[in-house]
Amino acid sequence: MSNTMEAVASAARADAPPAIMLDKVNKWYGAMHVLRDVSLNVALGERLVVCGPSGSGKSTLIRCINRLETHQEGSIKVDGIELSDDLRALDAIRREVGMVFQSFNLFPHLTILENCTLAPIWVRHMPKAEAEALAMQYLERVKIPEQAKKYPGQLSGGQQQRVAIARALCMKPKIMLFDEPTSALDPEMIKEVLEVMVSLAETGMTMVCVTHEMGFARQVADRVVFMDRGEIVEQGPPGEIFENPRTDRLKLFLSQILRGH
Amino acid sequence: MSDAAIPTPARPAPITLVGPIAWVRNNLFSGWISGLISLVLLFLIVKWALGFIEWGVINAVWSVPNNQTQACRDLRGTGACWAVITEKHRFILFGTYPYEEQWRAFLSILIFSGLFIVSAMRSFWRKELALVWIGALTAIGVLMWGGVLGLNYVPQERWGGLVITLILATFGLAFAFPLSILVALGRRSRLPAIKALCVIYVELIRGVPLISLLFMASVMFPLFLPEGMNIDKLLRAQIAIILFAGAYLAEVVRGGLQTLPRGQYEAADALGLSYWKKTGFIVLPQALRLVIPPLVNTFIGFFKDTSLVLIIGIFDLLTAGKTAIIEPAWQGFGIEVYLTVGFIYFCFCFAMSRYSQNLEAELNRHRVR
Ligand SMILES: Nc1ncnc2c1ncn2[C@@H]1O[C@H](COP(=O)(O)OP(=O)(O)O)[C@@H](O)[C@H]1O
Ligand SMILES: [Mg+2]
Repeated sequence: MSNTMEAVASAARADAPPAIMLDKVNKWYGAMHVLRDVSLNVALGERLVVCGPSGSGKSTLIRCINRLETHQEGSIKVDGIELSDDLRALDAIRREVGMVFQSFNLFPHLTILENCTLAPIWVRHMPKAEAEALAMQYLERVKIPEQAKKYPGQLSGGQQQRVAIARALCMKPKIMLFDEPTSALDPEMIKEVLEVMVSLAETGMTMVCVTHEMGFARQVADRVVFMDRGEIVEQGPPGEIFENPRTDRLKLFLSQILRGH
Repeated sequence: MSDAAIPTPARPAPITLVGPIAWVRNNLFSGWISGLISLVLLFLIVKWALGFIEWGVINAVWSVPNNQTQACRDLRGTGACWAVITEKHRFILFGTYPYEEQWRAFLSILIFSGLFIVSAMRSFWRKELALVWIGALTAIGVLMWGGVLGLNYVPQERWGGLVITLILATFGLAFAFPLSILVALGRRSRLPAIKALCVIYVELIRGVPLISLLFMASVMFPLFLPEGMNIDKLLRAQIAIILFAGAYLAEVVRGGLQTLPRGQYEAADALGLSYWKKTGFIVLPQALRLVIPPLVNTFIGFFKDTSLVLIIGIFDLLTAGKTAIIEPAWQGFGIEVYLTVGFIYFCFCFAMSRYSQNLEAELNRHRVR
């Protein structure tokens, strides 16, 4: 099985060096073992979808990648940088990795434009005018330039999530992490967010998405990883994972989400 | 254009719904009982107001010649003796500051007021404001102490009145507020030593009354200092007030910090903002504007608590008022003096209260849809 994994990963972007390397990562919350020997390579430009039942450790996994959570064993390398307690490494990684949360987490006291320009100005030391031009460019890409002067509270959930994507992109990250970006949205808004994510995938961005949107996974994912109880149970191209699940755990999971939809 | 396309023009609402008459009807006379209560209260208010005007204006004595208070005493309480204010207002405002130099204390009060007004205007909220503060406070120090620029030296023991109250309150809150923010942040620190230090500070200071802190500052503190070294009494009281206010404000600020959802910290972290940038741009702006009402509540409380310095012999506004009527000629006119002193306190506190309401509305605009 490990052979097929390798084959799949390399088939995605055979020539590119891995953007993310996880090697036997273990994490505990207190006594609870939430990541168990997780090894995973994500190639540059690869679009990875992570799925699995609730509580299986998907959020923990991607939050370890930008060190919102710390792991206790194993090693994580992002863009060639080993994640450790070294603050400079942390700064470098946070600049290269953008993140989109399930609950948007926009800054409610700042306008949409200010949300987008804050980090470029204060982390990347970009001149204000340049940061604003960049922000407008990305807001246009997520199709809400006309909302730039409003506050997050005045926008719909779908619009807020698109702003959150634009905000992350303004830092010009090499890697984007998505943690269930559409789970908090009403059905009619899910589509507008997925469209933005698809167009982002078409630009060749390295993406790791935790999502249960099978349509999206089929359309853009190079590889789907199925997690259960803190470990990677199965992985492969979306067609293979969804059509020919090999393990009972994945079969059970698929039947459950199909029933849910 | 067809008839159907002409919109029905909006008509003004009937007079029973809007306007002052409607307001009175809806709020004061909406039923028999409420109408009766309104009438009784109205009667009491008018009667009391007329009585006050009679006492305070019509029957009042505004000035008397050379401390001859007989005219006031002849009133037997039927009129106010404002002559005591006419006579003693300089003492109440400036304490025992030398008479010919009192323009300096007066100028200091004006500078304080100007500083408050400028600081209250949001268009002046820039980095330069810090320089304005430093400049203004330096100017006040030079004016009050003198000894330079051809101004005569006035020792601190002779300062008094409203100036002292303004000095204690302004320096007190100007230092206590930043201190409280640091302590509140420190209490949430991941470093156990910093956290413990902040918790001990807050709990120790909150555990004792301000009066005992002031006593300690005036009596015990000098015992710890090397022989011959002496810190100004006012400065010691000032430090005690700063430490006391800092502990209380820190708890208010901490309350604000706790309301912030974890996602805000995570989003700031994920964008690569450093601890201080995250705190300055994301955490504090949101936390502080949520606690404007309790913050200002505490500010107002401390503005008035500065009057406790009277117990260690510092001459603030209230003490000056109290002392003004010790003189036999003026004994018995406490009501007039305390009304005046109370009115001065009220002006400052009411201004703070109104300002905070405006600020709250303005800063929380983003919450309104
Ligand atoms: N901050 C935390 N403290 C303690 N336990 C946590 C914390 N975050 C998540 N967990 C637990 O870790 C497990 C994995 O959580 P998570 O990664 O959020 O799962 P998923 O995203 O797949 O639903 C769950 O059992 C969850 O209850
Ligand atoms: Mg999750």
